[in-house]
Amino acid sequence: MNPEQLRYTETHEWVAEQDGLVTVGITQYAAELLRDLVYIELPRLGTRTEAGSSFGEVESIKAVSELYAPVDGEVVAVNEAVVAEPQMISRDPYGEGWLIKIRPAANARWSRLLSYDEYQQQIAQQA
Amino acid sequence: MAYIGNTEQQQREMLAALGLASVEELFACIPPAARLQRLPNVPPALTEQELTEHISQLASRNRVGKEAICFLGGGSYDHFIPAVVDTVASRSEFYTAYTPYQAEASQGSLQAFFEYQTLICQLTGMEVANASLYEGGSALAEAAMMALSVTGRYGRILLAESIHPHYRQTVQAYLAHLEPQLVTLPTPQGFLDPDLLSQALTEDTAAVLVQHPNFFGHLEEVEELAERCHRRGALFIVSVDPISLGLLRRPGDYGADIVVAEGQPLGIPMQYGGPYLGILACRQAYVRKMPGRLVGQTVDRQGRRCWVLTLQTREQHIRREKATSNICTNQGLMALRAAVYLAALGPQGLRETAELCLRKAHYTARRLCEIPGVRLAFDRPFFKEFTLLLPGNPRAVLQRLLSRGYLGGIWLGKWYPTLGQAVSLAVTESRSRAEIDGLVDAYREALEAERVAQPYPR
Repeated sequence: MNPEQLRYTETHEWVAEQDGLVTVGITQYAAELLRDLVYIELPRLGTRTEAGSSFGEVESIKAVSELYAPVDGEVVAVNEAVVAEPQMISRDPYGEGWLIKIRPAANARWSRLLSYDEYQQQIAQQA
Repeated sequence: MAYIGNTEQQQREMLAALGLASVEELFACIPPAARLQRLPNVPPALTEQELTEHISQLASRNRVGKEAICFLGGGSYDHFIPAVVDTVASRSEFYTAYTPYQAEASQGSLQAFFEYQTLICQLTGMEVANASLYEGGSALAEAAMMALSVTGRYGRILLAESIHPHYRQTVQAYLAHLEPQLVTLPTPQGFLDPDLLSQALTEDTAAVLVQHPNFFGHLEEVEELAERCHRRGALFIVSVDPISLGLLRRPGDYGADIVVAEGQPLGIPMQYGGPYLGILACRQAYVRKMPGRLVGQTVDRQGRRCWVLTLQTREQHIRREKATSNICTNQGLMALRAAVYLAALGPQGLRETAELCLRKAHYTARRLCEIPGVRLAFDRPFFKEFTLLLPGNPRAVLQRLLSRGYLGGIWLGKWYPTLGQAVSLAVTESRSRAEIDGLVDAYREALEAERVAQPYPR
């Protein structure tokens, strides 16, 4: 996917909406910060997500970081390939490295989402 | 007694360093209502010499296992400890008050723990073992907590009533303020009936906990229990006697998902209050949910084999409130003893030890059951421990045995109201034929004396 057309959470997840489903991954910036990813834990199919709440975690050699859902809903797809090979996230964060797909609930609450430019500004300020 | 200096001058210096004027000021943060205003009924202070004598007198009232001939079990066993265990464990490099983990300075300790973990894996048939927990009870409770996060099921945890009552209390304490319901499955036949288990298993059951051999000494239907458990997606957690694995199938080979044990039988003396050893091993897939320290083998930058603490991201100093457990240390010296013990015995030695226990326990049970009115409480296979029903008051009988120099068993009525007439006995390889025959004679006479003193209604 083209990063410029995605939207972003303040907690470094990217979000793509297509055919009523929301695909979530982590940004290249986050993947680079975490460096050597060794383990990722993703939810089971059917798990409920809440905007701003943790749905899983990524572990690098030095730290464990939470993954936050951008929207209330239900997990309808999980990328088992990245569970088997977490390095895939660093290699292709916006493509093969996607994490889960969420079907938003009716009247779902959303996290505050940033545009590509806004997200670039955020990470420029953090750096 | 240790000498701890605490002179007025030292107190003044410590207060000055803290920027305080008085000891009173140091404790000012404790609200007056929470403070003890007056010491209740404390006798006048003793001199050092008087105190030393007083404590020695109190200590001499303790009876240690070695003074009497010990047939006690129930989680702590009088197994023989080869001299090599003390010799290695008392070396000053290992015998420290705290376990050093800094890899640059602690290769010896880390290697010993790695070898301990390897031996525990070989013994249990599991894929990973941690560097130990405190004791068998909390190891079982930690395993139950682990099962909650592995399965993501928070409905219930099932445990057999044939598990050590203290272990069950520990599990209960861990779960007291959490969501899952702890369900105790009764074991009136001395083992957990697999059909009873099937009825209690629900889709939200995280784990089933059993002890094998159980608190009564008997074997559980572990293969069948494991299968029924897995059919419903729950984890099967087994608490074992490590010595029994010299003869019994390894838990990993009959489908256990997490194996725990009290490690005391592996070269650790019987002592009230510990230190004991909590063993925990599991399948590789659950390693990130495992509590406690874990030592890994790797190579340094020059390619030499070395050891480090690994997967510390599970632990509370890194993961904070999301840690797998609040246990952030291990029972290092006891784990070392267990490793030396297992290495000294080897597979053949462990097998022979287990065989001796089995034969001696069965001989003891057979001989005791020759006494009129004495019989086994349960018709089930047992390893080194068994449960007897006595025709007289068990507590009075045990008291008579003690006065004859025998620690003759544990009264079970304390924990199991329906087993008011029952005692459990353990027989290790350390008991000689003469000691066993002596115990049988002592039981016969104690029961006869009880019958005369207080005829038991039949």
